[in-house]
Amino acid sequence: MSSPTETADASAATGAGDGREIPGWTPYRAWFRDQWAQGGAVAWGTALGHLFVGLVAFALVVGFDVGSLPIGGSLVWFVYLSLTVVVLYAATAPPAEPYVAWLDDRWMESDTDKLLIILGHVVAVFFLFAVALGLPFNGLAGALGSVFFFTAVYAMMVLALNLHWGYAGIFNIGIAGFMAVGVYVMAILSTPVDAGPTGVPGLGLPLPIGILGGVVAAAVVGLVAALPALRLRADYFAIVTVALSEIIRLSLNSRVLQEFTVAGVTTGTGGATGKTMPGNPIRLLFYESFDPGAGPALLGSVLFPVFEGLRVQLIPPNSFLVGVVPLPAFTLDLAVEPPVIVNWAYVAVLVGAVALFYVLLVRTGNSPFGRVLKAIREDEVVAKSLGKDTNRFKIVAFMFGCGLMGLGGILWQGSQGFANPNAFRPIITFYIWVALIIGGAGSNTGSVLGGALFAGLIWEGPVYVRRVVTNYVELGGTPGTFPAAVGPFVEGEVLPFLAYMLGNISALRFVLVGVILVALMQTRPEGLLGHRKEEAAAIPLGRPTERAGGEGGTPRPTRSRTGATARRG
Amino acid sequence: MGISETYTRGRELAVERPFVLVVAAVLALLGFDVVRQLATPGGLSTARLATYLWDGLVVGLSIGLAGVGLSMTYSILNFANFGHGDYVTSGAFAGWAVTWLFAGAGQFDLSTLLFIGSLSTTDLGVSILSTPLAIVVGLVVAAAAAIVLSLAIDRVVYRPMRDQEGIALLIASIGVALALRYTIYIVFGQRTRGLTDAQSVPELALPVGGGQTLAIGGHEVTLVVVAATLMLGVHLLLQTTKLGKAMRAMADNEDLARVTGIPTERVVRFTWIIGGGLAGAGGFLIALERGAMNFQFGWVLLLLIFAAVILGGIGSIYGAMFGGVTMGLAQNLSLVWIPSEFSTVAAFGVMIFVLLFKPEGLFSGVTTA
Repeated sequence: MSSPTETADASAATGAGDGREIPGWTPYRAWFRDQWAQGGAVAWGTALGHLFVGLVAFALVVGFDVGSLPIGGSLVWFVYLSLTVVVLYAATAPPAEPYVAWLDDRWMESDTDKLLIILGHVVAVFFLFAVALGLPFNGLAGALGSVFFFTAVYAMMVLALNLHWGYAGIFNIGIAGFMAVGVYVMAILSTPVDAGPTGVPGLGLPLPIGILGGVVAAAVVGLVAALPALRLRADYFAIVTVALSEIIRLSLNSRVLQEFTVAGVTTGTGGATGKTMPGNPIRLLFYESFDPGAGPALLGSVLFPVFEGLRVQLIPPNSFLVGVVPLPAFTLDLAVEPPVIVNWAYVAVLVGAVALFYVLLVRTGNSPFGRVLKAIREDEVVAKSLGKDTNRFKIVAFMFGCGLMGLGGILWQGSQGFANPNAFRPIITFYIWVALIIGGAGSNTGSVLGGALFAGLIWEGPVYVRRVVTNYVELGGTPGTFPAAVGPFVEGEVLPFLAYMLGNISALRFVLVGVILVALMQTRPEGLLGHRKEEAAAIPLGRPTERAGGEGGTPRPTRSRTGATARRG
Repeated sequence: MGISETYTRGRELAVERPFVLVVAAVLALLGFDVVRQLATPGGLSTARLATYLWDGLVVGLSIGLAGVGLSMTYSILNFANFGHGDYVTSGAFAGWAVTWLFAGAGQFDLSTLLFIGSLSTTDLGVSILSTPLAIVVGLVVAAAAAIVLSLAIDRVVYRPMRDQEGIALLIASIGVALALRYTIYIVFGQRTRGLTDAQSVPELALPVGGGQTLAIGGHEVTLVVVAATLMLGVHLLLQTTKLGKAMRAMADNEDLARVTGIPTERVVRFTWIIGGGLAGAGGFLIALERGAMNFQFGWVLLLLIFAAVILGGIGSIYGAMFGGVTMGLAQNLSLVWIPSEFSTVAAFGVMIFVLLFKPEGLFSGVTTA
């Protein structure tokens, strides 16, 4: 359930397992299952033993040439790894079963486990990419840093959207606009008054005030939109929000607001060329200043040398196995460059922010306020007739969510040193929606998972697929137009077509997003965890049923699945 | 008696519907300002005002034409179709590929023509006077392609979701929009391509008083004529045929319509045929009038189309036409006061404003008629 490859594996395993008739296989399988079922050290020992056997077997086959390659050298290394995986898979084919069962088991266990499973698979996939690309450890760390950056920012935005759609049932497709308001107000407040010859001056206020101002401004714009518009039908409201976000973007884009003076203070949006954002304070933990050539400071002076020299010599040169078999020199290269370290530090901050968002939203959802929101989502008329001023609740919820969207925007687009209005096209809103729908509207954990899956597999994944393919397949020149790519395809030449498609991978990604959106809405509109949509009640509403084999046959109410899990958010 | 009655009515109006008064006041103020600017020497010239009005009408009709289809699917299928703008684009690309093929076959490389590749539009010389046949064929193909596309998408995407609510369909339609737009991007490329030979298009010069003239392009006239004809055709179709009655019944209450024996699936199919056909034809004409298009012009237009449809009241095709023209005029007339960068902002502003005070639209209550 967690990733497409995995389910494919599972089906392949069951499919192949049925028709296999190798002598001794069945007892072996039974033995393995026994070992696995014991769990703990025995299970892991068995699995690792298989891995080791596979590795040694392969090393013997290849003849110890592998180590002389730089880590991740290229094709040979990739083939080695794939073969090891295949050997492992073949040798431990039954384990696919326990593995899936184990995953299922963990999946039901807790939310942390769900998150770890998803993130673990994302990391594993990118590890494979890195190995296939022959990236050094630094490259892998950089790629993962970027994946986690997007995971975190999408998780934040989706959490904020979940408050609107999952809790209150407000259909907001103007997220980009609220992000833009947060980012630009923050930038205008916190850019120094003296911004240099090219920059647009700001008010020069401290960054925390700028961020606070941005969040408040986004919330206020939310209020302005919500006050009158919440009376509208959901689809009308949607169109108003998307029109509002376009109005905001077009205004930011205009030349009129590029630089203006109000009450003697000159500031502006920078127009279509964009606006320089205030420096990310995380950088100051590592460097003396924001200048590109600044020397390391504080953490930087400690961490940079440590990580740059992180190379472990596992096998020194001229060593022999048991004094006979010559071994190749092998150094485990774990060096990480300073920029990657700084990125990771910022990712850590973002993870903290996601946790904050999560706690905030879970608490909100479980509060009396959140209960009213859920009641509104289910049936506004009922909520109203119970004496709740639903409009006030909706407005407050909308403002709260918009403020969070502003904050998310600041942490995302505002942290990159530069932003321009193009970053706030409506498309970004739809990305966040896709992530929400993947995760399942109404579940905060689902929101985070949706963000991770979207960022890892849909957003960053295709780019790496292209890199891997271009790394191994000699594609030749990329055709400039579609007919030039299809022409040879019809004649049986696949490569130009492949090259063209890979060249347009960013467009293909959009098509993929569209297809996924349609498929999800058709087959699983509730997403990964949407079935856990919280009920609008403080007590579980599941129908009391007699538990099969209940104690002494006494009827005993059991909570429905939704009810039982509702508390967890 | 007469005075007090008038007074009472006026008071009622002011108390119950202050919005009407505010709008009337604002419109009067703007109108007065236009007159003042016209009177000021060196201010707004008659010719410029006439150009704004004419451009507004042209843009408005094209928006209205595309909007009729959106309005119909909205009222009959009960969801806001965010893919409609990309039906417009798809129709336009299909139509123009055929127009180019007709106009340039034998002279140019076929695949370049078919994929609307890069070649000199002056050499190709497509215009309503020099290659009328190619344009007519292109228009028909544009409509046909959009019809086929919308039927196919309905079959694959929307039909399995018929019983779901509007928001789920709306989200699915966003997915359809993305997939369509970027498929066009992959097939045709991202550049904005010129389509017609602007030089060979005749321009009429209408005198507008004061020795000034208003230039009216031949392609603009084509758009206005074809759009008006198509709208009239749709009007007649809906008013005089049984299908139109069935559509109105279905827009009103789908279950009741089915109980009465109306084959709702067939009505849905005809809705897509009319809506898709108008979208494709509209896209073709808009591209003809602008003389250029790219892979996302329909999407950019979609918000304006929505604005027009909502302004006029969902489900009313007169509303869509009226809303379109209002949008076009608002967009162009706003140029009198504000820079052109904000003209779209002004149009959206008008839409939000109307929605807030008259959420049912101006032609509310009239569905599919």
